[in-house]
Amino acid sequence: MHGRIRTWGPGALVLLPTVLLLGYFVYGLIGSTFNTSLTNKHNARPVPTKHVGFENYVNLFGEDRFLNSLKNLGVLTVAFIVGTLIFGVLWALLLEKGVTGEGIFRSIFLFPMAVSMIASGVVWGWLLNPSQGDDARGLNRLFDLLHLNFLENPWWTAGSRWTTMASIALPAVWQLSGYIMALFLAGFRGIPGELREAARVDGASEFKLYRYVLFPQLSPIALSALIILGHMSLKLFDLIYAITGPNQFRTEVPSVYMWNTLLRSDMAKAAGIAIVLLAVVAVLVIPYVAYTVRQETEE
Amino acid sequence: MTVVDASAATGKAAAAISRKPQRSTISDGSTRKSRTVRYILLLLFLLFVLTPVYVVLITSFKTSSDTTAAAQWSLPHTWTLEPWRKAWDVLQPYMVRSLSLAVPAAIIASLIGSANGFVLARWRFPGANLVFAFILFGMFIPYQAVMLPLRQTYQELDVTRGIPTLLITHVIYGIPICTLIFRNYYATVVPNEIIESARVDGAGLIQTYARIILPISISGFVVTLIWQFTSVWNDFLFALFLTQQNNGPVTLGLAALAGGQKVDYAASMAGALITSFPTLLVYILLGRWFIGGLMAGALKG
Repeated sequence: MHGRIRTWGPGALVLLPTVLLLGYFVYGLIGSTFNTSLTNKHNARPVPTKHVGFENYVNLFGEDRFLNSLKNLGVLTVAFIVGTLIFGVLWALLLEKGVTGEGIFRSIFLFPMAVSMIASGVVWGWLLNPSQGDDARGLNRLFDLLHLNFLENPWWTAGSRWTTMASIALPAVWQLSGYIMALFLAGFRGIPGELREAARVDGASEFKLYRYVLFPQLSPIALSALIILGHMSLKLFDLIYAITGPNQFRTEVPSVYMWNTLLRSDMAKAAGIAIVLLAVVAVLVIPYVAYTVRQETEE
Repeated sequence: MTVVDASAATGKAAAAISRKPQRSTISDGSTRKSRTVRYILLLLFLLFVLTPVYVVLITSFKTSSDTTAAAQWSLPHTWTLEPWRKAWDVLQPYMVRSLSLAVPAAIIASLIGSANGFVLARWRFPGANLVFAFILFGMFIPYQAVMLPLRQTYQELDVTRGIPTLLITHVIYGIPICTLIFRNYYATVVPNEIIESARVDGAGLIQTYARIILPISISGFVVTLIWQFTSVWNDFLFALFLTQQNNGPVTLGLAALAGGQKVDYAASMAGALITSFPTLLVYILLGRWFIGGLMAGALKG
């Protein structure tokens, strides 16, 4: 036993600070947020608070504004994931066989990823200016110049939930499609060339080659991409803050609503929103983490 | 592919992209026509990606009388550096603060991640997988779930919220991703035999790490440093929540410059470029590694 401790003891010791830090700053603080969400701390006054059970959650799910923010988030997530996957996979497909100047295309498609969402939001807020007609600005003005006036639209400021949230998703798609492209490009390049050869020798058409041979190989990448994008979308805050400002009912998602709630010093409610957000993320991520760790163990 | 494979030992993924496409000797399945269509599509997408860049650039050189609706898409009548000067005056102290935040935050988190990653990959102990899952989940949590009590913790410790507290925060929440990247790096890059023979020779963990592992970790460090630097530099939520306007990092500065009642578009655009400059520089100079970092790190939003 002493010998075993000597072998693995130092390793455990190296990890100890991290485990303690994360134990407090991740798991402990989550516990603390959860605890706050069960209290009646609804203002900044330092009066003693008491536990009220799940009252805040019951109120949240009975509140139109919160349900609106959840619906906005759902639509945003769908628009963002679908848009990013379409662009990313398409770009990967176009580049996959090798084109002249591939490196340039790749670099340009990827660069928005380096830019902060605040900077990108500043620019896209300008591009998504809702004015139309003679006073059109931003993209609407460009459409006007190109005589594509039918494309002019009020972006996030009017219209249905779908057009509103798709307008918010557009800059996010612009930023992250390159990343999905890189992921799939690496996937395509990782498939052994023999597989393609074999399919072509067997007389498979290009379509069939992709449909039955290449794409099935990439389904694990697609899963990763889905988890990554979904989890980014749930936390999206900066872009909305920069494009519409935080106080817009039309584009409010839970992360933004939480911020607005905090500004009114309603700690209990803000904590409740945060915990709901965490729960949604956890539903997505915990199976994924479990699967990952199990697979690692098997190897 | 799992989270872990997605990060595919950092450079490996980047290398996979850079690999030449495997051309079939029989036919690559494309006719001249389909190739032309491919290029046309690629160029169209290039326009989509570059349109915002064009707008930012031209606007940032315009005089304020030049940013009218009608002239928005045309080149400046008179080119001026005034917006840049204006933006720089506002942003300069923020830039300094962000640098003093992002550089040490990236270095410290990388060092801790490297030691952790080595243990998890090559110096395993009972329950290591549980610890791994424990750390891995930390990578995904939304900051919203911790930021309230975090602010309170700092309040109770009676520290002034500003760059130092933000730095500690970024180091802590950066550890999971750095650990993951290094774990995968060491699991694929370092041959087990080296570790084993070091052990047989009686080298302890610290010796093995310092003498054998650190020197071959450079490419791992490049990736975590790029990743951490970029995500700390670009962070807005923690910055908004843990600092004030007058002692915050550059994302706050830009939000202030571009927000408010009377927006100076030209200065906002110049500001967006100025604040993006360091991360873009990293991207341009270390592009290959940047891809590796993205593959490993885009998991953490």
